[in-house]
Amino acid sequence: MKMVVCHVTLLDGSQFSCEVEKRAKGQYLFFQVCDHLNLLEKDYFGLSFKDNAEQRCWLDVTKEIKRQIRNSQWQFVFSVKFYPPDPSQLTEDITRYLLCLQLRQDIASGRLPCSFVTHALLGSYTLQGELGDHDPEEHRLDYISDFQFAPNQTKELEEKVVELHKSHRGMTPAQADAQFLENAKKLSMYGVDLHHAKDSEGVDIMLGVCSNGLLIYKDRLRINRFAWPKILKISYKRSNFYIKIRPGEAEQFESTVGFKLPNHRAAKRVWKVCVEHHTFFRLVSPEQPTKTKFLTLGSKFRYSGRTQAQTRQASSLIDRPAPAFQRTSSKRISRSLDGAPVVNVSDYSQADGAGENSPALELNSDSKSQQVEVMERPNADAATSITSETAFETDGAGAPQRKDLDKTQEDVLKHQASISELKRSFMEATPEPRPSQWDKHLTGSPATTLRLQTHGVPQNTPPRPGTDSRDASKSAEVKPEGNEVIEVVEETVVIEEVVKAKPKSSTPEASVPVETEVKEERSLSSDSESEDEAEYHAQPPSTSISTQQIKEEPEEEQEAELSQQAPPSAIESQPSAEAADPGPAAEEEKAAQPHEEERTDKPLLTPDEAPNGHAPQGEAPPSPQTAAADEEEPHIVNGSASRVETEHLPQVICCSEPPVVKTEMVTISDTFAAQKTEISTKEVPIVHTETKTITYEAAQLDGNGDGEPGVLMTAQTITSESLCTTTTTHITKTLKGGQSETRIEKRIVITGDSDIDHDQALAQAIKEAKEQHPDMSVTRVVVHKETELAEDED
Amino acid sequence: MAEVPLSKAQLLPGFTHAVVRALPQSLAKEALRTGSLEVDLLKAQEEHDKYVSVLKHRLGLEVVELPADEALPDCVFVEDAAVVCGDTALITRPGAESRRKETEAMKAALTELGLSIVEMTDESATLDGGDVLFTGREFFVGLSMRTNQRGAEILADAFKDYAVSTVPVQDRLHLKSFCSMAGPGLIAIGASEAAQKALKIMQQMSDHNYDKLTLPDDLAANCVYMNLPSKGDSALRLLLQVFEKLKDHMLIPVSNQEKVKVDGALTCCSVLVNRKKNI
Repeated sequence: MKMVVCHVTLLDGSQFSCEVEKRAKGQYLFFQVCDHLNLLEKDYFGLSFKDNAEQRCWLDVTKEIKRQIRNSQWQFVFSVKFYPPDPSQLTEDITRYLLCLQLRQDIASGRLPCSFVTHALLGSYTLQGELGDHDPEEHRLDYISDFQFAPNQTKELEEKVVELHKSHRGMTPAQADAQFLENAKKLSMYGVDLHHAKDSEGVDIMLGVCSNGLLIYKDRLRINRFAWPKILKISYKRSNFYIKIRPGEAEQFESTVGFKLPNHRAAKRVWKVCVEHHTFFRLVSPEQPTKTKFLTLGSKFRYSGRTQAQTRQASSLIDRPAPAFQRTSSKRISRSLDGAPVVNVSDYSQADGAGENSPALELNSDSKSQQVEVMERPNADAATSITSETAFETDGAGAPQRKDLDKTQEDVLKHQASISELKRSFMEATPEPRPSQWDKHLTGSPATTLRLQTHGVPQNTPPRPGTDSRDASKSAEVKPEGNEVIEVVEETVVIEEVVKAKPKSSTPEASVPVETEVKEERSLSSDSESEDEAEYHAQPPSTSISTQQIKEEPEEEQEAELSQQAPPSAIESQPSAEAADPGPAAEEEKAAQPHEEERTDKPLLTPDEAPNGHAPQGEAPPSPQTAAADEEEPHIVNGSASRVETEHLPQVICCSEPPVVKTEMVTISDTFAAQKTEISTKEVPIVHTETKTITYEAAQLDGNGDGEPGVLMTAQTITSESLCTTTTTHITKTLKGGQSETRIEKRIVITGDSDIDHDQALAQAIKEAKEQHPDMSVTRVVVHKETELAEDED
Repeated sequence: MAEVPLSKAQLLPGFTHAVVRALPQSLAKEALRTGSLEVDLLKAQEEHDKYVSVLKHRLGLEVVELPADEALPDCVFVEDAAVVCGDTALITRPGAESRRKETEAMKAALTELGLSIVEMTDESATLDGGDVLFTGREFFVGLSMRTNQRGAEILADAFKDYAVSTVPVQDRLHLKSFCSMAGPGLIAIGASEAAQKALKIMQQMSDHNYDKLTLPDDLAANCVYMNLPSKGDSALRLLLQVFEKLKDHMLIPVSNQEKVKVDGALTCCSVLVNRKKNI
């Protein structure tokens, strides 16, 4: 393996070098650096590099370094990525010290503006922390000239700093750091990541992303603020960045606000930063309507990403004596500025305040490469997306479980009732604004709602209520946008496993954390790794996706499914060889959670987690949270789905093998027509979408059994979210002819852009599904992709 | 930047000094006004004396009284001439041309008090202190007939530690024509539509959660609140309604009927300063 030397500029200005394999992932390097620093509370930090355009980008720890930096130097900067709103809650002093170093840079560079008095006060704590008590003998006035306390350091300021330094006598370095942070955190620009943009009228503004939401500045003035709970969706399309706002009490409709960024990359960068900040901070915020709603539905969502809450929890377990660390004098800091991500601005002299806009703002445009995407798919919004659904059906042979049955029916009834309630409330709740183009599409397809009902049979397909509720609750839907190339916005993988007869009731719960990433263009063969961005670029036309579109299509498809469901279901219900016959449709539960997706491009994972990145999955009680529809459609479409017990599938998936029947459907929709309708958003780009559904089914060994519909005994939907995928597991047990059959359908929605290796993700998902339910077989994999056909980009 | 409840201690530091200015005779006829009421100069004088006396005697502030200037009929409303926060004083450029010279005496007085002075020299900028609401954690600047965007930008530059958000003010002279701080984290706000609208905007723009005290009368929402170490919380109030939320405060009713006729509210008549040291 070829080795490469990476150079990392640390917060104290020193350089750290280490060798890594050429194909090493970001986390390897990141962990090396953290180890070197003896840092455990790593999640607040990140590595950045300069791309070819001299823009700072965050290194995605889950991806190969080489692919991210491309032709740039192997030169990185270690810095704070998420500024903790309350530094006193950090567990270790060493973490606080590093944060202090970052803030000193931010202040000296002008990125974090503050008044003269504050400069002086913070400077005095810096001196106390670095030099200890003021010593009149040793500390003549020039003892501080090596320190930079402000962008424009005057003699007057230095005198003030010294005067204050004297008053801190007796304070330990850790206390001085703590005081420094207590004062710094109150600054209005603390932790605000600024990006240049223009509003819809072409006026220059700055977008500031912070722990609470998105701030809009014109010059130095805050002219608007969108707290995370107010934001329903975040998206970007070409060089535009959009946020969809939840209607206020008095308003009826959602509105979309668009901003113009200098270029596509900048738009994507803001979007990513928003997604990451939302994921990292939002979960700890007190008001989370979402949660409540979810609870009502009975499902529980967990984020597997490293949120601030998780980080805190993890750090509360830190059990080591406070590590000794060397404080370096701040001298170096000034030197390090060049390398620092911080950009620098100019000076603010404090007195001349008038009229200056803060240059500081400009500084930052760091792009963070990781993206977390939370997609809630409310109604229609997705811009381009690629959805891949994979359904695995597995049959296991087993003994029937009867007990459940009785209950089941009742439960089912209740279930349905509640579903319809949900549905109703949902519908009422969300008045559909004048449909924007996207919405329109949705409307066009009646499917959504109808669907639920149609399913009628025992299954609960979860209607979209789930979805909706989500919307409401969580605020942000982020949608990824792609580089010019193709981006996969949404990928849905549905895995259905059918177990006949002996279901371990619990089995199902294991949700499958799948990290699937689907590539847009997936060829049947799976060589996932190979794809890289370059290729994507190559296919310009392909896609960028807007979330909205995604939805649309899925819905439509869903409809399709419904219609066919019956038959297919029969098929599904299948045959397992051993089992008795299957009751068809009833059993299926497809839980698809169609639209919600959370995606994250994983933020920094700690080593432990790193490997998969995603972990958790929530389980949801039986509730209809998800709409199953999407998945189903595909099946239906293909019509011939059959489930067999064959175990070939997994393989199939990877590379379509003979037994597999592959069908493909491609739909290209042109959204032009609809476009006029949209109101609130200005200049919404027109997006052409391509939808492709590929179904792989195990060959049917025995004819599909379509039997009589069995009796649904239990149905359960579990939803789990991980960094970039949402997995919904829908488990149904049906009693057919005395045998019980368990069918597990997993739907994995992956939203992503070209950076994701979809094939690999898909293969991984399938593999995991198999491992989790060894006694079941995968009978069907449906991949549904939505891709935006990009027009000329940038 | 965290969304935290405002802790009482950190807000609105106590004040040690107040700068006021005597009433000129010209106030009665020449002071700017949005209505067309006659001012009874004698009564106005009486009210003002009472106001100053409360500051001085009941609240124990050191009061700096500037002499009246007949050429500046509105000079009693010193609030518009300067914005003081911490050790910094921003000398404004009042929106009304006839009032621009009011800042000279104010600047001298504040310099005397040892504040570091920032002047608004940009000729395209206007700002009246009556449009500036400082909550203890951030500023809201009303964009009104008297204050423009540029003025707000300069204020933001003068007080860099704080977020400065702009709030459009319609149908009222100043932002503080219908609101003020009535305690730590407590915004007193009028019930009028204009006031409520402005409050909504302020709430949306803020990272902090403020309590609000809604008063039926917009003018009543303008009060002077100060936290005096020696006296506890005090609030000068225009009218006598007693509000539950203020029960811990010492309420000092002060009549202001005459000055109201020329759009003078309570906060308008003083510039409060905290200068414990150096003086």
